[in-house]
Amino acid sequence: MDIIDRRPNPHGKNLENRRRVLQRARSAVQTAVRDAVARGRIREVGQGNAVSVPSDSLHEPSLHRVFSEGVREIVLTGNREFSRGDRLQRPPAGAGGQGSGAGQAGESGGGEDSFRFVLSRDEFLDLFFDDLELPDLLKREISTTENGVPARSGLSNEGAPSHLDLGRTMRRSIARRLGLGRPKPAELQEVEERIAELEALRPASAEDLEELEGLRERRGTLRQRLARIPWVDPVDLRFRRYTIMPQPATRAVMFCIMDVSGSMTERMKDLAKQFFLLLHVFLERRYKKVEIVFIRHAESAEEVDEDAFFHDPRTGGTIVSSALELMHTIQRERFPSANWNIYVAQASDGDNASSDTARTASLLRDDILPAVQYYAYIEITGSGAVIRGETDLWRSYRAIADENDHLAIRQVGDRKEIFPVFRDLFSRQHHSAEA
Amino acid sequence: MDQIVSGGGSPARSGGLLYSGNDWNFQIIRDCYDAIEEIASHELGLEIYTNRVEIITSEQMLDVYTAHGMPVGYKHWSFGKRFIGHENAYRRGLMGLAYEVVINSDPCISYLMEENSATMQALVIAHAAFGHNHFFRNNRLFREWTDPSDILDYLEFARGYIARCEERHGLQAVERVLDAAHALQNQGVNRHSGARKLDLKAEQQRAKERRAYEDSVFNDLWRTLPTEAGDAAGTAEGAHARRLLGLPEENLLYFLEKNAPRLAPWEREIIRIVRMIAQYFYPQPQVKMMNEGCATWVHVYIMRRLHELGRIDDAAYLEVIHSTSNVINQPGFDAGGGASFNPYALGYAMMTDIVRICTEPTAEDREWFPDIAGNGDAIGTLRHAWAEYRDESFIQQFLSPKVIRDFRMFRLSDDTAQPYLLVDAIHDEAGYRDIRRSLARVYDPGTFYTEIEIVDVDLLGDRTLKLEHRTRAGQLLKAGDARQTLDYLSSLWGYGVILNEVDAQTGIVLATHSAGPSQ
Repeated sequence: MDIIDRRPNPHGKNLENRRRVLQRARSAVQTAVRDAVARGRIREVGQGNAVSVPSDSLHEPSLHRVFSEGVREIVLTGNREFSRGDRLQRPPAGAGGQGSGAGQAGESGGGEDSFRFVLSRDEFLDLFFDDLELPDLLKREISTTENGVPARSGLSNEGAPSHLDLGRTMRRSIARRLGLGRPKPAELQEVEERIAELEALRPASAEDLEELEGLRERRGTLRQRLARIPWVDPVDLRFRRYTIMPQPATRAVMFCIMDVSGSMTERMKDLAKQFFLLLHVFLERRYKKVEIVFIRHAESAEEVDEDAFFHDPRTGGTIVSSALELMHTIQRERFPSANWNIYVAQASDGDNASSDTARTASLLRDDILPAVQYYAYIEITGSGAVIRGETDLWRSYRAIADENDHLAIRQVGDRKEIFPVFRDLFSRQHHSAEA
Repeated sequence: MDQIVSGGGSPARSGGLLYSGNDWNFQIIRDCYDAIEEIASHELGLEIYTNRVEIITSEQMLDVYTAHGMPVGYKHWSFGKRFIGHENAYRRGLMGLAYEVVINSDPCISYLMEENSATMQALVIAHAAFGHNHFFRNNRLFREWTDPSDILDYLEFARGYIARCEERHGLQAVERVLDAAHALQNQGVNRHSGARKLDLKAEQQRAKERRAYEDSVFNDLWRTLPTEAGDAAGTAEGAHARRLLGLPEENLLYFLEKNAPRLAPWEREIIRIVRMIAQYFYPQPQVKMMNEGCATWVHVYIMRRLHELGRIDDAAYLEVIHSTSNVINQPGFDAGGGASFNPYALGYAMMTDIVRICTEPTAEDREWFPDIAGNGDAIGTLRHAWAEYRDESFIQQFLSPKVIRDFRMFRLSDDTAQPYLLVDAIHDEAGYRDIRRSLARVYDPGTFYTEIEIVDVDLLGDRTLKLEHRTRAGQLLKAGDARQTLDYLSSLWGYGVILNEVDAQTGIVLATHSAGPSQ
């Protein structure tokens, strides 16, 4: 009997199979993921989420019989009270079933209707943000790039042992050994055995002695050759060579501007935060290097950290221009538009001090829009500031949006709408249609 | 090891405790194995393949499940689906992992989970490495249908071949063939070809040569130009071609592999791989109950003997009893979780009962089992049963009134024309034989495999493949699945497919399914 400890063997033999299931059910899983997000809170996004998808795309059909009518006999156990001739009420859903041998019945738990995946955070987010991206990211030439990535670039005859290309090395070694006629150890052994045989021969004939002489000479050559021609010579060695290729990294900054004034109710703030959370997760997931600047404003604006932005309650009046001014200042000081892709997302209920709206509009049109790549404004509907069907701010933004393609404005009234709007703002098709 | 050997003829007092407590190490496993082997070969006379015991983690156990215990397998999404299913059930606590998996190969590989206690490792060794192993080696079905020494090599070949196909022809093309072949794998076995031993390796070699030959002559078969409208000549030629094609044919995958006109050689090879593996697994469901019963009976016997011999302590033996009684628990029909028989429970009960009949028969046993009642050779009788029967015939032969009473079995007659279910047999003198006959039928492969034959190919027309399912009214194929499966069949065949469901008695066509060519 052998005992083999397999525990150190690689785990996850089925990862590839699992990936293929996801691939196959991709669209169904994607819809399910988005539904799950629309129902749950976005903060929980990707934390060991289970999604159920309809099993259509994963159905494995086979030819099998089902019993629909006629007579059949069923043997059961655990009889307590029946005697022959008893008549029983038929159970409602035909609980008997066919129990058709194969033993696959249990695997889908609650029946074949749906299939549950537990996705890892990465899988979840990949599916979630599958076709989204920051628009126009590469339009601006960004030269200041740093990190290099090692890339295969042929072979070299020196390198670290871990880069040794064993196959090539041995191929060369064999070729060299054949070419130089390195004898096989077996050959030498044969000769030696023959010599021993002849030496043991007594008396030895003249031919034997002659042969012995020849063999001894041959043994000398063989030994010399074996010693002189190595098994693996340094000239055989081949190493995989890597060179560091510079990887252009695009630099981008996202300004998140949120209105936290008193006119925003808790529900509206919640919606705005959900939107920014989504944006945050999206940027973190899809772009290695994106700076995020959080700005919140009431009657005055301040730059805050992520934690304060999402959790710290603050309220007051509303002056939108204060936030835009701050954003513009920060952008000029820290993120010159020559070197950065600049994005802005602003959320507000559209309520603004009436004297301020004109200033906000001119700030946006003249100073900010020329510097940024994309500006997304979402308005949380349900505010009291609606006049003739739209808010002041909306009206002035809309006028600007008509002239500027890279200003996008959307309205959100309900949590369910957040993701569709988000997708709309950042979907690939969206900007390629524009471009 | 040495301890037992030094015990000589009587292992009884040779060693004392093999271990105490829960922890195990490799030496303990080795000692237990040797002690168990002593009992298995000297007292039970088991004949086994060489054993290989592999220690794995629970995570690896999930992988093992997915592949039906096979250590290597090709890649396909359906395995991923099964894996996710098992994983979910396990994580949600719906399913405990079996503490062992054993595969029918030579050497016989048993997997032990590292989480098991020392007692469980010993129990698993007795159960899998001896019980199942003996059954695999001796049961007629396995001997006739599978070649355990080659299966591992064949699976390795299959994985490599399919991976190479994926490189060369693309994932999608390979997946298409596999999907289709998987859908047909229950119709991909030879059921009636008798005692032909499957030598997978030789088959493989032979098939390659055969295929090379067929590739060169194949097209001739299809050059069946309609001869000048003569009906008689046409049908004669059709009959001739049918003979050449070997129709009727129940093994759909075999037929496709050999005869489908539009498949590339690599597609045929993939179909062949699926077919070979299906054939390898074909005996398993037919002897599942006996196989589990045999393994359970063996481990109960061996563990009891170990306890009697003082090799394991009382605590360990209690653990054995506890674990065994969980495994052989048979919930009643109304206990929820389905009304099916637990194969471990029924198998174990019947085998225990055979021992009782052989050693302490009652008058009833003498009447029912005159051949074996009181023959005094319980173990010999069991070994004979393990070797020569399958579930259906085993029940038919050995299900005793006592087991029927112990399980309190009863039979329902389900006539859909009636608004009620009729209890027409219970565990009494008048009902024993009815119950036994009906229960045996449940395990009859004829009832759980759907037998479908290719009966004709329209060689002179549009090459439509004609299939027939002989059944009776009320026992038709599930329509949606049949339709999808035929789509797959048609995509492999390359032309249209028609499946008639025919009443076996009257010949009336009950239903028709069809699928057009995919292109």
